Amino acid sequence: MIRRDSIILQMGGATALIGSELLTFIQFIGEMTASIFGALRHPGKVRRKETLYYMNVCGADGLPITILICFLAGMIIGYQAAVQMRKYGAEGFLPGLVGCTVVRELAPLMVAVIATGRAGSAFAAEIGTMKVSEEIDALRTMGFDPIRFLVLPKLIAMLCMIPLLTIFGDIAGILGGLTVGVGQLEMPLDSYYQTTVIWVKPKYFFEGIFKSGIFAYIITVTACWRGFRTGNDAIAVGRATTSTVVISILMIVIADAILAHFFNTIFFTV
Amino acid sequence: MTAAKQNHPAIEVRHLFAGYGRKTILRDISFTVPQGQIVTVLGGSGCGKSTLLKHLIGLYQPKSGDILIQGRSIVNASDEERRSIMKTFGVAYQGGALFRSMTLAENIALPLEEYTDLTRAQIAVRVEEKLCMVNLRGYGAMMPGDLSGGMVKRAAFARAMALDPAILFFDEPSAGLDPLSSASLDQLILSIRERTGATILVVTHELDSIFTIADRAVMLSAATRSIIADGPPAELRDHSPDRQVRNFLKRGREPEPRQPNED
Repeated sequence: MIRRDSIILQMGGATALIGSELLTFIQFIGEMTASIFGALRHPGKVRRKETLYYMNVCGADGLPITILICFLAGMIIGYQAAVQMRKYGAEGFLPGLVGCTVVRELAPLMVAVIATGRAGSAFAAEIGTMKVSEEIDALRTMGFDPIRFLVLPKLIAMLCMIPLLTIFGDIAGILGGLTVGVGQLEMPLDSYYQTTVIWVKPKYFFEGIFKSGIFAYIITVTACWRGFRTGNDAIAVGRATTSTVVISILMIVIADAILAHFFNTIFFTV
Repeated sequence: MTAAKQNHPAIEVRHLFAGYGRKTILRDISFTVPQGQIVTVLGGSGCGKSTLLKHLIGLYQPKSGDILIQGRSIVNASDEERRSIMKTFGVAYQGGALFRSMTLAENIALPLEEYTDLTRAQIAVRVEEKLCMVNLRGYGAMMPGDLSGGMVKRAAFARAMALDPAILFFDEPSAGLDPLSSASLDQLILSIRERTGATILVVTHELDSIFTIADRAVMLSAATRSIIADGPPAELRDHSPDRQVRNFLKRGREPEPRQPNED
């Protein structure tokens, strides 16, 4: 007969597990912060070659998919909004609605989700595999700080490239909305452009860029933390990758909600 | 290498207790490795050989006891001191643990770039020298994934020797190799000692290797979690008072009657 623990015991066990994982996460953030300050004091110690490599992986390689997804997302919002707005004769507001939604929310969020799937999972798998094959132990016994070696190049690359990808996502999303506005609603191209410029204020643009920087930090920290927490076999690497995607997306959405509230109540109160 | 002239032992383990959580893996381990000796740590699977090695190289913190590397405690050292102690030894891991995103030459050059003021040209010369020592001349541009198991291990030896350390730790160097590659690796270990004078500690359970390379063998028991034999391998095989030791070193071929009280 299989002995099953009571629900209370199971809940207690799960809570203890979450607590201990949270503790390692906080410890990891602490170590990473110390490494960041160390890198600021000695910028020459940051591994440039690896940083450029990850910039290419996270940025240039992810550009086509980012543009495609953001363009389609812009189109979808344009279509859905156009149907509703037409009922009230408010089609003229479509450029503003698409522009603001894309720039403030959709592009940063989409880029973050794409980056989680592409870069985040790759980071976790890479560090996890290195742990399994004792490469991280090798770094430590050589007296190297694994965070400086493995995390900082990824973090710098992500902090540079994710906001950059978001700018491309903004443009692609707005173009997606424009395709619907001009193609379906037969709005003049010039009018669509002018309305977008009026509605999408620079502060919304910077809000999106700021958010994307926060998301880049969340993805990198989560992925590297899960990578370092990998067990000692191949299955554990798979688990680390999956948990990276799940935890990152959850944290991104939570952070987005907090930031949305923050920006709307503090900065953009009119 | 000047280490061989120093008075203190290269490695000294004092009453080491180690484990994970409440589980004790190693109990009251004490031994010393004099400068320039090759010592093997052996024992059956699960006896704590790898755990002992990870404590010796400073990856794990023991429950109690002390480990002195070149006379300096790695257990009680600050992070900075520990990093400095770690530069005095090199480690070659069981699977090589070469960084797969780097070529062999880049792997070997890494500690030289980080810890020395050598120019690129000087580093390249040093890398080629180390590759020659492990019979991998001309392979510097290759990636670890393109090499055979034996070559990866030799490259790991080269990286471990990059900074000319006084002590080398080899974890299961023969594991997963055919007998010929394994024998050639044994000869390589002997030639490294001859050329560099380094102290070498090898964790292994390959009997052929133990009898070929070791000046001394330290045997751990999975039952007692402690050292049950310490001495020259041939002497332990022929004259150890412990039947378990003799049996292990004779591959269980000792024709003695079973004596339950002895274990």
